[in-house]
Amino acid sequence: MNFGEGLTPQAIAFGLFTILTIGGALGVVTSRNLVRAAIWLMLSLFGIAGFFVLLSAPFLASVQVLVYIGAIGILFSFAVMLTRGMTNLKERFNTQWWLAAFAAITAFALLMVGVIVPVFGTTVIPVADQVTTTVDLGVALVSGNQYVLPFEVASLLLTAAMIGAIVIAREDD
Amino acid sequence: MQCDNLINTLAPCLVQSGWNGDIANFISIFLGVIVVATFPLLVTIFLIWFERKFAARIQDRLGPNRVGPFGLLQPFADVIKLLGKEDITPAGADKVIYNLAPVMMVMSVLLIWAVVPISPIHYGMDLEIGALYIIAVASFGTLSVIFASWSSNNKYALLGAFRVVAQLISYEIPLAFALLVPVMLAGSMSLVDITQAQAGMWFMFMAPLSAVLFFISSQAETGRAPFDLLEAESELVAGFNIEYSGMKFALFFAGEFMHVFTNGVLMAVLFTGGYIGFGGLENSIPLLGVVFLFAKASIWYMISLLVRNALPRVRIDQLMNFNWKFLVPVSIVNVIMMAFLLKLVQELGIAPAPDQANDFVANIPQTLVLFAGNVVLGLLILNNIRSRFRKERLDESAKRAIVPVGAGD
Amino acid sequence: MEILNQWAFIGMFFVLAPILPAVPILLAAVISPKKPNAIKQATYECGVETVGDTWVQFKMQYYLYGLIFLIFDVEMVFLFPWALAYKQLDFFAFLAGLLFIFLLSDALVYAWRKKVLEWV
Repeated sequence: MNFGEGLTPQAIAFGLFTILTIGGALGVVTSRNLVRAAIWLMLSLFGIAGFFVLLSAPFLASVQVLVYIGAIGILFSFAVMLTRGMTNLKERFNTQWWLAAFAAITAFALLMVGVIVPVFGTTVIPVADQVTTTVDLGVALVSGNQYVLPFEVASLLLTAAMIGAIVIAREDD
Repeated sequence: MQCDNLINTLAPCLVQSGWNGDIANFISIFLGVIVVATFPLLVTIFLIWFERKFAARIQDRLGPNRVGPFGLLQPFADVIKLLGKEDITPAGADKVIYNLAPVMMVMSVLLIWAVVPISPIHYGMDLEIGALYIIAVASFGTLSVIFASWSSNNKYALLGAFRVVAQLISYEIPLAFALLVPVMLAGSMSLVDITQAQAGMWFMFMAPLSAVLFFISSQAETGRAPFDLLEAESELVAGFNIEYSGMKFALFFAGEFMHVFTNGVLMAVLFTGGYIGFGGLENSIPLLGVVFLFAKASIWYMISLLVRNALPRVRIDQLMNFNWKFLVPVSIVNVIMMAFLLKLVQELGIAPAPDQANDFVANIPQTLVLFAGNVVLGLLILNNIRSRFRKERLDESAKRAIVPVGAGD
Repeated sequence: MEILNQWAFIGMFFVLAPILPAVPILLAAVISPKKPNAIKQATYECGVETVGDTWVQFKMQYYLYGLIFLIFDVEMVFLFPWALAYKQLDFFAFLAGLLFIFLLSDALVYAWRKKVLEWV
């Protein structure tokens, strides 16, 4: 991404996705209406899917759309709609918003310093050449000497998450 | 790339005639998108006529027959009428989202066409993750239902939308599980590769159960009978689109019509060989591939219409039970069985060699094993469902046993 | 460049796909008569005036279905690469996939036995 070389299509796309992501995020925090905030959030997440495409990770991009927009977005809308009287708030009740803003800006600044200033040394770690395509990802996930254990643990984690959700969300007994 | 055919290689042709490379690229992509995206919309206009005619014949009516020959111009008359309808936005509606929802509904179906291979050389894009992309963009349809209902500020719309969304997200699971099988068989998520992998043998013969599962859950995804809970007129007034009228209401329906046909195309691509015909004809004359694909798609489409018109609507509890207690377990078992049989076939050495994968005869032993496995599992399922329904029937009739008046005295 | 071209296609599709259906809506907005009044724009129910707020409390069950769907959706994300590479893998991959699906089916069985899937 070199802006010195003029506006390449990637640079334009990068700019558009940045506007989507940051604009969506701003919409989330400024919108008074929770459903609208959820929609802004989806827009923001969609921008991130675009970044994945630019990084040549189409699988992650589709996962982003499938899981974050398709499933979590719907879950958010459900949660908001199920919560009575939360959809049209007129008064603001986050009186300590300046504290939150300060904390967020500090964290962001620290992160930017960490990224721009070479705190952790200047070695650029090359992109792993082991996992390049989605097929390689599939091979790596289940071959015995790579990621098969995390793969199964992920399944266990999902099961635990589902059982936990059921236990918490059930209304009676 | 040489400039040999204006349709397939527009960009090099433009460059040859002195255009700037980037602009030529942009124009060729732009025109490609316009063509691919407009095509399903135009087909939909015809589909509306066809479906009305088809339903009419089943119900022993004539259907549209006044406007134009066989009533063919009826959809155009409808469009003109709809354009003149007053556009009513309910009070208290969230205007932006209210207008966005029908657009998103159509968009979610249109986006699928970007990756569908129509002939060996005509496709929007050979996306490496095509299968996942199809499920991912389908979620925009679910979102549009939520948007439509929430923005129209109506209790019935919300009630309908909750049901619809519960239905749509539930049936997405067996859909995705059924989609795993063609991906497994082809070793690729790209729809072009999946089609090519069926040159020797259609996946429908290797995995009939997956085809049935995919068909049922895609029927539910379109919200057609017997799964038409989203427009349960008698229960929810009209469902999530109750406050919509005129062109916006029509767009929801156009989206639905298009979705049904798109599902037919997907069935054709995933399970019955897509554009692949017989004798490799589609490779020498690519346009024949288009004919093959749409012939197959039309057959699936007509089966879908037949199901829609023949079966009554199920209740919401039956709908959810059918998914979670029948389709999901069956699709999980189906994936495990297919995985096992595929490995078995490989270990036994009867899988066709990679260079023979497109040969019909070389595929027969493998297909026989897979087909037999599917039949056994299918019979087990049928047996299970029979005993389950018998139990339910007995329970229900015991519960409803009517004591004649005066019998207790 | 070829790959980028293809994604440019999808990107352009995402831009144009909403515009195409928006055209008839815009056309209708221009052509159609506009005579709004309060009665016409009232919330449509079955002939009776609407009572109270739209935001009535809905059943928690819808949310539970959403949660179960989310878990299965994430499972799909893991299973698709597995299915994709399946033909190149050995028998161990089958066992790994079996264990993965089996663990998650447990959650479904749990939900079933706890009568979460019961529509009430």
